[in-house]
Amino acid sequence: MVLRYDVIAKEIFLSSSIPLNLDIERYFNHHKMMNRIRAFEETAATANADGLVLGAIHLSIGQEAIASGVCQNLEKDDFLLSTHRGHGHTLAKGANPQSMMLELLGRRGGICKGKGGSMHIADFSVGMLGANGVVSANINIASGAAHAIKLKGGNNISCCIFGDGAINRGPFLEGLNWAGVFKLPVLFVCEKNGFASTTVTEAMTSGEGGKQRAQSLGIPAEEVDGNDIVEVDECVRQNIEEIRSGGGPRFILCNTYRLHGHTASDPALYREQKDVDEAWRNDPISKCRDLLKNAGVLDEDLEGHQTDALSEMRAIYDEAKQAPWPELQLAYEDVQDSGDPREEAF
Amino acid sequence: MTVMTYADAAKAALAEEMRRDPLVWAVGEDLGRGGVFGQYKGLVEEFGSERISDAPISEAAIMGASVGAAMAGTRPVVEMRFADFALCAVDELVNQAAKARYMLGGQTNVPMVIREPMGIWRSSAAQHSQSLESWYTHIPGLVVVVPSTPADNKGLLKSAIRSDDPVVYLEHKNIWGIKGEVPDEDILLPFGKARIEREGADISIVSWSAQLHVASEAAENLQTKGISAEVIDLRTLWPWDKEAVFSSVEKTGRLLVTHESVSVGGFGAEIAATVSEHMFKALKHPVRRCAAPRVPISYAPPLEDMIRVTATNIVDVATIMMDSGN
Repeated sequence: MVLRYDVIAKEIFLSSSIPLNLDIERYFNHHKMMNRIRAFEETAATANADGLVLGAIHLSIGQEAIASGVCQNLEKDDFLLSTHRGHGHTLAKGANPQSMMLELLGRRGGICKGKGGSMHIADFSVGMLGANGVVSANINIASGAAHAIKLKGGNNISCCIFGDGAINRGPFLEGLNWAGVFKLPVLFVCEKNGFASTTVTEAMTSGEGGKQRAQSLGIPAEEVDGNDIVEVDECVRQNIEEIRSGGGPRFILCNTYRLHGHTASDPALYREQKDVDEAWRNDPISKCRDLLKNAGVLDEDLEGHQTDALSEMRAIYDEAKQAPWPELQLAYEDVQDSGDPREEAF
Repeated sequence: MTVMTYADAAKAALAEEMRRDPLVWAVGEDLGRGGVFGQYKGLVEEFGSERISDAPISEAAIMGASVGAAMAGTRPVVEMRFADFALCAVDELVNQAAKARYMLGGQTNVPMVIREPMGIWRSSAAQHSQSLESWYTHIPGLVVVVPSTPADNKGLLKSAIRSDDPVVYLEHKNIWGIKGEVPDEDILLPFGKARIEREGADISIVSWSAQLHVASEAAENLQTKGISAEVIDLRTLWPWDKEAVFSSVEKTGRLLVTHESVSVGGFGAEIAATVSEHMFKALKHPVRRCAAPRVPISYAPPLEDMIRVTATNIVDVATIMMDSGN
């Protein structure tokens, strides 16, 4: 879609407090990606309600500005390690949503051949080294991928996204310390969505939280409004630049809110509806859309992002539903080179 | 051939592989000073501190970072210091390293070697003495290597470093100093290929790691009683050489498995079950195990010795098996 401006709105924009140097095309692209992530998640929720998603899925609705703002600033050869709530990150890193949806449905052609499901989505062809079913386990792996970059002498970086629940597991300390000690090119991004599964994270967190913990390990850390795509994008861009120029690891805390339950099947009755309603008023996609409207971008084009994304993801879902199960021999493949598991098979 | 210790043979293997492949590197606590058992001595001088890398006392990070570094194209050799400490990194080994290739649909391998010095060694007590090899054989994705001689420690470590699978490499602390002839050339021993330590006709004794030497001593003593024992060193427990065990049992009709680790749920049980399933009619006597009772390892030498399986124990069991055959 070509970026078009509304002349009158643009005059309003020019007289408003929005910075004149705002790169409208950049945020137009973010808006498009955020809508694609939202549409993927909503379609996944539908598939879950239809009983076609086989295991638990964890939706990132409300956290799209972080996924887009972080991952669209990464190059293809940069590494990404994500979490159980990782569909948005994976899509924004460039993975094919059709292969992702096939994986969620456990079908042939799934991105991990139907052997991983939602929590193990990976696409090595775009540097996405895996979501992870174990909270914070991706942190040490991300530091290690950065260690390999340092040993091999590349200019790429490693990026690790995790939730606020992850800061209470040991690998948070060990992995950040490791990255600091070896001055590795890693960007740590904490998506603080307020919940660790069904528990309010702060109720189970002593001290001031992730940013201060990172700083105490000597890692420069910043905090942004994770629902403000401009804040996320600018902070990430600047930090990546510093990491690429040899500055060592960086940490960004992104404040956001998990608009859905822990899993797609969790009604999240443990929180007040008014808090959820309040959080919806801070929806990152609406905020981005307002920004672009005020900057003069035509409303119909922005609307188009939403409708196009929904039709894209619906078509993907329709195709995934038709796909057959994986070939049975795959159960015995990709285990390891040494030894044959068939010898012990029934 | 050069006569060298078990520790030096491993060091020679690592150095050769590091010279051959710039992507091989080692990481662990104290490596810059040669490692806690001196098994890395001199390597930092040749390869530098990036490739013989010190690490914080963070087993989960050493293991987890190595998983990431392996997925990103290097070949880390991970030093866990003591097998007991590797338990601080079980998620990283079992949930991540072992599973990544499968659950990510074959998009990656995790080529790493996890060196875990194990076993009873000089009053080290319950947290520095364990032999946990059987645990790892239970985990799909892992290779489990248990060398018993200097030559094997060279040939198997070189194969482990070149393997694209994560390899749990268990060296026994009590035999770091044993000496033996080690080939000077680029020797690569295949996984799953046992070694016949001693040929015999009456009873098959299967073992590995330091216990292999106890089994050999027992076989020597049995010889004086007129019993001819065949001693098989499995070398690797996954994969393990079923054919070697089957053909030995075919010949002798009696199987005794001995290991230093706890008998209950030990790998001896797997061997006994497999032989019973496939070779029942060849057996002249039920399969027997000589392994440790299910108690933690003590500090005081007399208590430590109480749970150690000795050559005398093996001789006694083997003698009963010969006497009460058929």
